[in-house]
Amino acid sequence: MITALVTIAVLAALAGIATVATASNASEPSLVERIDALLPQTQCRRCTFAGCRPYAEAIAQGAADINQCPPGGERTAKALARLMGVEPKPVGKEFGTVPDYPAVAFIDESVCIGCTKCIQACPVDAIVGASRHMHTVIAADCTGCELCIPPCPVDCIVMRPAPGVVQ
Amino acid sequence: MIPRQAIRGGLRIEAHKARSTKHPIRAASLSAHYVLPLDQHSGLPALPLVKVGDRVRMFQPIAQPAPGISAWLHAPASGEVIAIEPRPAPHRLGAPTLSIVISNDGRDEPFDNAAAVSDFEQISPKEACEHIARGGIVGLGGAAFPTANKLESSLCENGPQLLLNGAECEPYISCDEVLMRERADDIVFGARALLHALCATHCTIAIEDDVPEAQKALSAAIEKACDSRIRLKVVPAIYPAGGERQLISTVFGVEVPHDGLPADIGVVCQNVGTAAAIARWIRDRQPLISRIVTVTGDGVRDAANLETRIGTPFASLIADGGGYTERMSRLIMGGSMMGAPLPHDDLPVIKATNCIVAASALDLQPRGAEMPCIRCGACSYVCPAYLLPQQLHWYLHPYDSEQLQRHGLLDCIECGCCDFVCPSQIPLAERFRETKPVLIRELDSRRDADAARARFHARNARLERLEAEHRAKLAEKRRPKIGPSSS
Repeated sequence: MITALVTIAVLAALAGIATVATASNASEPSLVERIDALLPQTQCRRCTFAGCRPYAEAIAQGAADINQCPPGGERTAKALARLMGVEPKPVGKEFGTVPDYPAVAFIDESVCIGCTKCIQACPVDAIVGASRHMHTVIAADCTGCELCIPPCPVDCIVMRPAPGVVQ
Repeated sequence: MIPRQAIRGGLRIEAHKARSTKHPIRAASLSAHYVLPLDQHSGLPALPLVKVGDRVRMFQPIAQPAPGISAWLHAPASGEVIAIEPRPAPHRLGAPTLSIVISNDGRDEPFDNAAAVSDFEQISPKEACEHIARGGIVGLGGAAFPTANKLESSLCENGPQLLLNGAECEPYISCDEVLMRERADDIVFGARALLHALCATHCTIAIEDDVPEAQKALSAAIEKACDSRIRLKVVPAIYPAGGERQLISTVFGVEVPHDGLPADIGVVCQNVGTAAAIARWIRDRQPLISRIVTVTGDGVRDAANLETRIGTPFASLIADGGGYTERMSRLIMGGSMMGAPLPHDDLPVIKATNCIVAASALDLQPRGAEMPCIRCGACSYVCPAYLLPQQLHWYLHPYDSEQLQRHGLLDCIECGCCDFVCPSQIPLAERFRETKPVLIRELDSRRDADAARARFHARNARLERLEAEHRAKLAEKRRPKIGPSSS
């Protein structure tokens, strides 16, 4: 009887040590990093925050809901709900519609006046060009955030299906 | 002879080849039209060299390779280009694909490919690769990978090992077997050309132990050629022994890394049919405009191996085989294990078409209603790729991309051995085939997201630094000049 109790006590203690050891492991990603890993990294700000990482920080602090990411769509909302242990819900309409297919920005180079405004707006450095010279979008690096469209003074930027998208 | 134990997994299954190998190869009847999809090889679609209305002659190049991985295409007959438009093709069942359509005038006027090389051994290996490319040669084992691209990427200092794949393990397909029986000399000639193009010192021709006639013919041809670099190796007839990775590990005892290519371990694997096609191009100046296609199955009257021009409609081959029987139920391109079902027979033969099975209920493995997995593990014993199909199946519902990747879904060769032995009749290989593109897309988008995150953070750091520099400069300007004290 006593042996059994002692054994159980020792095992429990060992388990406790093991749990503490795992929890204190420094290489484990933080909650913000784990949330950020689920976000599509479009950096489109449709969630009302200044990018995916700031949105992740807001979720972690409880300042934002899990349904504010239209590019991530239902899948991201579901994954976030699972991670945060809350009920999944569809993406809120007030944040924009979920796109049907990935898109990238395209600059009509015959119209572009080289004002560099889109370059400054691009959150992921996917537009190249110099002042008063034609600009162009690096399609492979474009996340389709559409942030370059409003600043363009000549409206020469349109969204097109990403390369490889079959319509 | 390699023992059975040397092979991981696999199955001994009924070959169903006796019907189609009874008679020698014969020529398929000519067609009034030939449809040639521009993307019938792996890589990028070829670029047309002809316009609608152009007259073309037999063997004339009609499309050139796009930059990168691509292949030449030649006219299979003389006649007129009547259309360049999207047409249905057997390798893209989803949507029609851009094709050149040639009407046959029946005269077969040959085009003289000026680039013919008289003595192959005199030119450099690099030129030899280029010459092989101009023949429109692609891998005839099924993947249709442009041969010249494969050779160029495999060139190494010591010269790789050349492996000619004559292990035709898939049931019903017998085009390689009859080729080895009847045209062994072509194969040996092609092997010598490949050895030269690769600067290789050894060539192994792998052949299964259930085709003694082909073995005899090949041995005789090798002896006749008096080439000590070429040897024959007999492997057990275990499906899927002829898979590229499986065959390499059986013959050389070395595994191809799961994320690498055979070239990484110094091996180049080519189909025997490809070697024969190279021989015809170099020796007879005939580019790849025809191939041997097996027409078989209980749904066709006479099974046969037909020398078929690329672009011939399947319906014409079925007619050559005496037409359908009443028992015909499904048309399949390829063998019964890995072949793709076709919706109808108005599709053209492409370079990758090795076999058409007109299957009846007798040919199709009866499949009962799917039942739950009982975790017996039978599938993991037969998997030739060292995977655990029962675990992959577990992670499909609910879909767990991380575990699927960890359990090697992308290394699945879709051979179907797991399906074959599953007592619960679960169509495992089919599920894996459907899920692989989903996982690949997801991994790609995750990689893109990581790159976007890195650029976003780099940009923010840069903006912060510029802002700080700007502020420091302003502060420098506004600071009151420290002059000598006035007191």
